[in-house]
Amino acid sequence: MLYGTRLRALSIATLVTMTAALALAFFYAPMDADQGFMQKIFYIHVPLGIVALCGFVWGGINGIQHLRTRDPKYDLRSYVAIHLSLVLGAGVLITGSIWARASWGHWWVWDEPTLVSFLIVFLLYATYQPMRFSIEDREKQARYASVFAVTAGAFVPLNFIAVRLAQAYTHPRVFATADGGLPAKMQVPFYLSLLGMALLYVTLWRYEMASKNTSWQLRALRRKLAGDDAVPPVGRTAAPTLPSS
Amino acid sequence: MTTRAELPDTESPAGPSRPRGDEPPFVPLRVAVAALLRKELGLELRAPQAVPAMALFSITTLVVFHFALQRGQVDGDLASGVLWVTLLFAAMLGISRLFVADHEEGGLDGFLLAPTDRTAMLVAKAFGLFCFLAAVEVVAVPAFALMLLGPSPSIAAYGQLAALLVLADAGIALVGTMVGAMAVQTRTRDLIVPLMALPLLIPVVIGAAKGTAPLLATAGPHSVEVRWLFVLGLYDLVFGLLAFALFDYLIED
Repeated sequence: MLYGTRLRALSIATLVTMTAALALAFFYAPMDADQGFMQKIFYIHVPLGIVALCGFVWGGINGIQHLRTRDPKYDLRSYVAIHLSLVLGAGVLITGSIWARASWGHWWVWDEPTLVSFLIVFLLYATYQPMRFSIEDREKQARYASVFAVTAGAFVPLNFIAVRLAQAYTHPRVFATADGGLPAKMQVPFYLSLLGMALLYVTLWRYEMASKNTSWQLRALRRKLAGDDAVPPVGRTAAPTLPSS
Repeated sequence: MTTRAELPDTESPAGPSRPRGDEPPFVPLRVAVAALLRKELGLELRAPQAVPAMALFSITTLVVFHFALQRGQVDGDLASGVLWVTLLFAAMLGISRLFVADHEEGGLDGFLLAPTDRTAMLVAKAFGLFCFLAAVEVVAVPAFALMLLGPSPSIAAYGQLAALLVLADAGIALVGTMVGAMAVQTRTRDLIVPLMALPLLIPVVIGAAKGTAPLLATAGPHSVEVRWLFVLGLYDLVFGLLAFALFDYLIED
């Protein structure tokens, strides 16, 4: 599969959607009565979190595919998905922390179950790269990484249930998600921002896939032209390597 | 390694395509699990290694807690937290040792050559780890009650604590077996085990610590809320199914 096709169209769509979403969030959506201007971070923080979690789960789905088919393509997909979600995840924690500071006065609060669950998930996935790096055999690395991706992907919902239960006792929550109680004028920018974030994720994912695929094809071509000795072997790396064909 | 070349069909992934003729008879799961478990427990009984280390570590951790918290007695949720942190960290030692002997002495290769289901290894290892954890708790929980616990819970409270321990140990054993099997193949085994197992075990800590807190309260022991047993049970079920589905891929070569 070629990941480099339609990248320009996708990039433009992402840019337009994100700009529109942010413009709507700042100029169209009403000011929050309680939190004022600070509440605007909600339009970045929440979509970022949703997209990152979906990315983790999607990495797990590709992990299942990899275990079933043994096709290294799926391992690469899973790796790139988790890798990107980790980057977005750091963004979620930072924006969440800023929001917590602004609205509750502390950089970190333990009684916000969603944020705490996210931290646990983030910490778990943070071991993904070190684990890959410490397994030298390529095939084994890919297989173990996929087992990890599936386990962690299934852990995500379980963890959210457990953390929410742990807090429900002290902080009774209305079982409405963030958008449940939103007025319509806030919903439009929120969903647009969610779409923009999803597009951003897909765009970045395809860029990285295209880059990884191209560099491996280039290696293979070099090897064919100049001989095996001319191309130095790959050192230890956490990133999956495609068969050079 | 030479025997593997003579038995090429052990390498083939699934059963139906295997040639039937010279294949050794298939060992039923029950028999294989019994044999592996006998080996596991026999090894530990003959040359105790994991359980004494874990028990000693848990008692040392309790002493550390005494000085770090600067308290002679704890109760309620603090007591529950101290107990579960101690047990969890002791479990980390057992998890990182779980597959080391098999990996280094060729036990895994031997097992892979045997004509049996690979799930046998999962069941035997998880049950073995469960037994080790239970043995450690037989030492660590009384030691905790003597050394640090303020209130003295009734027999009924200890019975409920035992139920929580059994459910939590099952979860730790299942996750530990998977993480241990994964970590033994890496270069940095001792780093990977706690880094990976601790976040995975957070739901167990939540359920166990929240469930235990009322049992150790000064104001007279209350009973465990059923929902914590439910959380632990759900966790065991989910990770049991996951381990069952994924473990085969972890000991393939």
